Amino acid sequence: MSSFDPAESHNPIAADLDAAQKFADSIPHGRELGIRVEAIAPGRTQLVLPYQKRLIGNPETGVLHGGVITTLIDTASGCAVFSALPDLISIATLDLRIDYLKPATPREPLRADARCYRLTRNIGFTRAVAYHGDPDDPVANSVGTFMMNSSDAVFGLEELAGDTST
Amino acid sequence: MTLTNIIGAAKAAGEPNAITKAIPYANFIGIDAYLDGEAVICTLAGSDLIIGNPILPAIHGGVIGAFLEHVALMQLMWDLAPGQLPKTVNMSVDYLRSGRLEQTHARGLVTRRGRRVANVRVEAWQSGSELPIAAAHGHFLIIG
Repeated sequence: MSSFDPAESHNPIAADLDAAQKFADSIPHGRELGIRVEAIAPGRTQLVLPYQKRLIGNPETGVLHGGVITTLIDTASGCAVFSALPDLISIATLDLRIDYLKPATPREPLRADARCYRLTRNIGFTRAVAYHGDPDDPVANSVGTFMMNSSDAVFGLEELAGDTST
Repeated sequence: MTLTNIIGAAKAAGEPNAITKAIPYANFIGIDAYLDGEAVICTLAGSDLIIGNPILPAIHGGVIGAFLEHVALMQLMWDLAPGQLPKTVNMSVDYLRSGRLEQTHARGLVTRRGRRVANVRVEAWQSGSELPIAAAHGHFLIIG
């Protein structure tokens, strides 16, 4: 992120894995799915979703429902925008486009790497891939846009925000 | 029972919810389906399980995207010939309003159905269909 200066950051999740996991756990549906933050850096996140039978879309094959891939990618992309921000503000997904490149492999955890590759005053632009072992052989590819200051509600960050008094 | 058999039995009974109930993920997030003429209407129950933003509170955007994809697939499974199945190529979702924690409805419109690909538009709404919370369009391969 060219516009990002860590010295100017008041954002506690920008590069702190524990804080980022706390943030991810503050999203009830993310916590329910057991989404873990594996890596975080300003403008970049890697999340992992464990395989679960209740997430199956095709009962014959055990392949995950495409929708849960959407959820993982939306969460990863939102976290990438969040980690790119200099301050804690609310964001909301404007649009998300997902190409399904091949079926997810049953019983394998699914990872998502997301990047906020451009951040303006109003909009964060994201790219993301979902994959099992190799990010160059993805299950899904995605682009998204996120709106800044979507509401007054910055959730899950009250106590985290307290850690960053300057 | 194969998915093809489940769809066949559901169509014979005029009961699309039998398909949705056979799909674990649709049950997990709380989707039901019913018929309005030839249109399959799906509902998503407002539950704590699907919250994305707990302060507003609002439904997780990913769940809304998943719901819209499921509705498109349901309409196609209902429309396609016996033995044919839809497979999602892509989905593009516009988020229009935050989804409140109440029942959400959605319906899909098959804008074109060719031999190999179908194009579907989907809208989701809560209090009134004139105020959609999300809209999507997707492309689906027709297998079989």
